[in-house]
Amino acid sequence: MTDLTSMTIAEAKAGLANKSFTALELTDAHLTAIEAARVLNAYVLETPDRAREMAKAADAKIAKGEGGPLAGIPLGIKDLFATRDIRTTACSKILGNFIPPYESTVTSQLWRDGAVLLGKLNNDEFAMGSSNETSCFGPVINPWRREGSNTDLVPGGSSGGSASAVAALLCMGATATDTGGSIRQPAAFTATVGVKPTYGRCSRWGIVAFASSLDQAGPIARSVRDAAILMRSMAGHDPKDTTSAEIGVPDYEAAIGKSVKGMRIGIPKEYRLDGMPAEIEKLWSEGAAWLKAAGAELVEISLPHTKYALPAYYIVAPAEASSNLARYDGVRYGLRMPGRSIGEMYENTRAEGFGDEVRRRVMIGTYVLSAGYYDAYYLRAQKVRTLIKKDFEDCFAKGVNAILTPATPSAAFGVGEKGGADPVEMYLNDIFTVTVNMAGLPGIAVPAGKDVQDLPLGLQLIGRPFDEETLFSLGEVIEQAAGRFTPAKWW
Amino acid sequence: MSVDATTVRRIAHLARIAVSDAEVPHLQGELNAILAFVEQLSEVKIDGVEPMTSVTPMEMKKRADVVKDGDIADDIVRNAPDAQNHFFLVPKVVE
Repeated sequence: MTDLTSMTIAEAKAGLANKSFTALELTDAHLTAIEAARVLNAYVLETPDRAREMAKAADAKIAKGEGGPLAGIPLGIKDLFATRDIRTTACSKILGNFIPPYESTVTSQLWRDGAVLLGKLNNDEFAMGSSNETSCFGPVINPWRREGSNTDLVPGGSSGGSASAVAALLCMGATATDTGGSIRQPAAFTATVGVKPTYGRCSRWGIVAFASSLDQAGPIARSVRDAAILMRSMAGHDPKDTTSAEIGVPDYEAAIGKSVKGMRIGIPKEYRLDGMPAEIEKLWSEGAAWLKAAGAELVEISLPHTKYALPAYYIVAPAEASSNLARYDGVRYGLRMPGRSIGEMYENTRAEGFGDEVRRRVMIGTYVLSAGYYDAYYLRAQKVRTLIKKDFEDCFAKGVNAILTPATPSAAFGVGEKGGADPVEMYLNDIFTVTVNMAGLPGIAVPAGKDVQDLPLGLQLIGRPFDEETLFSLGEVIEQAAGRFTPAKWW
Repeated sequence: MSVDATTVRRIAHLARIAVSDAEVPHLQGELNAILAFVEQLSEVKIDGVEPMTSVTPMEMKKRADVVKDGDIADDIVRNAPDAQNHFFLVPKVVE
């Protein structure tokens, strides 16, 4: 019983079942680890009292043989998910001390299944960012460091707190959200597994909205199996979200270890970028070789509109954000700054409450939707989006089961290193992940190796709509071949 | 396309975000960097392409027009910066 924090969820479930330890002991071990790791800034709110209360309740249920599939499993929740009576801020000053009187559907399903809330996790403000540096609570630090260096690295974003906490053993798994890569990119930067489910698979109800046609919730975990376990509890139809799909939730864990023999894996030539680091190229070929060795068939495919996904995203996502964020006006909740008129009150509140990146995106979104520019920008971007989706449909129609790509164009970078002068430099982080959101497809990032600086790198698998199971089967093959990676503890 | 300082002020007003004169040049540069980046979309042939309205094929669902909850006024105003008797308070709108 020496190290209760380094187990996988699957191992902890077994340990709880055979009474090797209690849920309370498991939760206490994590609370201690969280306290000792505050330098990482992964949690923006620790909820130890709630955690112990939930752990005790889980122990009581386990004793009666009524423990759910996640009974006693301590989790961290991205601060974008509304948690009843527990402060939820989206890491924005504008939400201030917002205490939701309701619970998001995804988290309510986790509690239904017995999970324990350890606290709320840091993220980029309103999930807008790729480094977790735009949070009003300050940047999250990646538990990974370059070999022989003390430089603080970013964990990626926007789910940087989730990724950092899972990698640093500060929770057994975490919820996250992905609008352009916000689950998969931080997962790749921290050697964790991140799943962005098909659009409509997880309810968006009670999740602070960024870009509603792109946002999806998903898990970050330490193994592919753990991600599958969490997915089963998070997914499912919800009448409160009209875009939630009325499709049954399969037993994702059953897909782990399933043969991938005969599966056709597409290797898209457009993802081979000029100037791509040799180690990313090498990782990609290795991943392909592992899948081939497991019996899959590799086919070169073409997704001709790939290069237009990121620019189209930077029209569609800000446009939706400008509309969604109109609600923050200082009237019903959150921050209010005084003004002589109601208009001035709105303007002062939003100037004070929104950080630089959020303000930039709201303004871009306002511009591309404004009279005279709508057709040139927004309508054109939505047409390009149709073409991006068609690229994938054409490949799937030719019998491709899944697509293998790198997850990110580089490993984690230093805090403050990117995007200072030109915001687009930061946006390029999502070049391999954003297509998936534009097409509404499922994607998984799996740790696959390390770069020359000893930093983790990930591979991404993209699946057919609602076929997350294939991604879990293929992801497991990569995990088995690559192994799992844990950062050396320095905090 | 790029935006000038007047347009930046107009966008800020449309977005209801107060922007000081000192911030305008900086914002203008950032917005123009993003607009220059998205400019490449103009090369895409989009003739006859339908704009995407739903990323997964689904019919717009409509809920039944029934009252499902109520009597939660306390909950609704609980987070308000200023409220009185279950009303949100704002600066005077009509003189």
